Amino acid sequence: MALLEVEDLGVTFHADRDVRAVDGVSFAVDAGKVVGLVGESGCGKSVTSLALIGLLPNQNTKRVRVDGSAKFDGLDLLRADRRTLRDIRGREIAMIFQDPLSSLNPVVPIGVQVAEVLIRHRGIGKHEAERRSAELLDRVGIPDPRRRLKEYPHQLSGGMRQRALIAMAVACRPRLLIADEPTTALDVTIQAQILELLKELVREDGTALIMITHDLGVVAGLCDSVNVLYAGRVVESAGRHELFAHPTHPYTVGLLNSIPRLDALRGEELTPIRGSVRDVLAWSAGCAFAPRCDRAIETCLTGPPSLEGTNHSFRCVNPEVVP
Amino acid sequence: MTALVEIKDLQVHFPIVRGVVFDRVVGHVKAVDGVTLSVPRGKTYGLVGESGCGKTTLGRALLRLVEPTGGSVLFDGNDLTSLSPPALRGMRRRMQMIFQDPLSSLDPRQNVESILTEGLAAHGIGADRAERRDIVCETLDAVGLPRWALSRYPHEFSGGQRQRIGIARAIVLHPDLIVADEPVSALDVSIQAQVLNLLAKLQAERELTYLVIAHDLAVVRHISDVVGVMYLGALVEEASSTELYQRPLHPYTKALMSAVPVPDPLVEERRERILLSGDLPSPANPPSGCRFRTRCPWAQERCAQERPELRVLAEGHTVACHFAEEIENG
Repeated sequence: MALLEVEDLGVTFHADRDVRAVDGVSFAVDAGKVVGLVGESGCGKSVTSLALIGLLPNQNTKRVRVDGSAKFDGLDLLRADRRTLRDIRGREIAMIFQDPLSSLNPVVPIGVQVAEVLIRHRGIGKHEAERRSAELLDRVGIPDPRRRLKEYPHQLSGGMRQRALIAMAVACRPRLLIADEPTTALDVTIQAQILELLKELVREDGTALIMITHDLGVVAGLCDSVNVLYAGRVVESAGRHELFAHPTHPYTVGLLNSIPRLDALRGEELTPIRGSVRDVLAWSAGCAFAPRCDRAIETCLTGPPSLEGTNHSFRCVNPEVVP
Repeated sequence: MTALVEIKDLQVHFPIVRGVVFDRVVGHVKAVDGVTLSVPRGKTYGLVGESGCGKTTLGRALLRLVEPTGGSVLFDGNDLTSLSPPALRGMRRRMQMIFQDPLSSLDPRQNVESILTEGLAAHGIGADRAERRDIVCETLDAVGLPRWALSRYPHEFSGGQRQRIGIARAIVLHPDLIVADEPVSALDVSIQAQVLNLLAKLQAERELTYLVIAHDLAVVRHISDVVGVMYLGALVEEASSTELYQRPLHPYTKALMSAVPVPDPLVEERRERILLSGDLPSPANPPSGCRFRTRCPWAQERCAQERPELRVLAEGHTVACHFAEEIENG
């Protein structure tokens, strides 16, 4: 059985009108594996991750409705009470956010923030926690950890802060890590260091990792399987090699054709996807991607396409034929 | 082929001041420290580097949006650094800028027509409102925005469309040079490609010269003819786009290129990565000698003592590294 099994996850925000940000997303994560959630802004990838660990603003109130199920080792995270979730968060499931500066407390030294996780979940003393914090900072590659423990977030560089955040996340050796765009705010050379560190954690500790990103290059180097999201639904899902070798959904193909590649011949023209994410059709009326799709046919507008296939599934009635 | 812009030994040093009552200068942040480059007319010069390397400051100093503290900028034969304010203002029509974040660089309380007409009015182009409106409409067509956009405000547009407004504002004056600072990094990938194609189309139609500043090597390589790599305020390598990617010579360029993820698992698995340790040193207190030596896997004693000059190693390919040949030959 998979470590985390997400089944038909849906999130609806009740505002002036109802917004269905996530619409029937299913995927599973095994221990020691990396699952990617890829998509552009507004596709629902971050909302998915926040819903899983109960961190959506106003989650479980009248304003936000979460449906479906997310079984973590048999326990449904979406139905768990707050006390249970508090115990799980940080110990069993940890999260790494995109912007390390705004997710660290600016007026508390790094060391106290890392130790806090250990004291709360492991119930160890202050001195022991401090010693272990230093070990953790050392493990994530922060030089001179003893000194850094006493420093405040603003004294650290961007890459260093992200490392500190990762140290906090892995402090209790969680079984599942959720990383939401962990390298987007960083420079490429620092990004390479962080990705290498995440790979190492997965390999050595057998941690499962959900990697949320917009960067298909990051996915290609890190994820075992990939889910491409568009307008709140998974439109294509496959193993890493399969997805890049045989992209099938026109949206996936469009994304791949839009990226300037470092190893491509110069002057090769990019073929962008037309329009923008605002040109979206309600899934109930047909395929949400149809207004931007070059392969759209009449059937696309007659109803929502279903996710077909087992190992390589896609949600399209007129998929790209791969030569 | 003549150069439209010639930058010679440009320096921008920001003073670090301390003191409660009187400001005391205690040091300088050398954001740009002696950069020489030239941008050929009608071509695209791409400037890459990581955050803090001084690429944005260089672009701004070129347009004198920050005052250079040394060196000169020749724009079509005129030295911009010595121009009087009125003369500079006149020259500004010919050099425009595209910013990274289209939302914060557009006035939220001006509609698109007012944004686009402002420059025309300031430079006295177009006899009356009607004539200006014609010019603006023609520009909207060129960047692929509908006419009804004229009466709308920036918040009513998507990110890609806002960047098109920013581009329209830059080209409406028919400039010769456009400095584009991270023109696509705030955009989603599918929109990025649209904007990159638009920039290429406009260059072909209007014989524009671009200086594109970006951190994304793949983007820079895609649109540039010549690429310069910056590290800590100085150029470390310059070559034609194809040459640079086929034969990177400076260790920093090599590391940068090996760090860019490629959307292809087979390539990713075969690739040899040069992982750089540590972070960028502080530009207020740069390392002696070669500035890259603190992170360079090939650094030797000489690197700490002598600052490497840019040397020509092949036609149009210059590198600032003492050991470029040795590293290339293994």
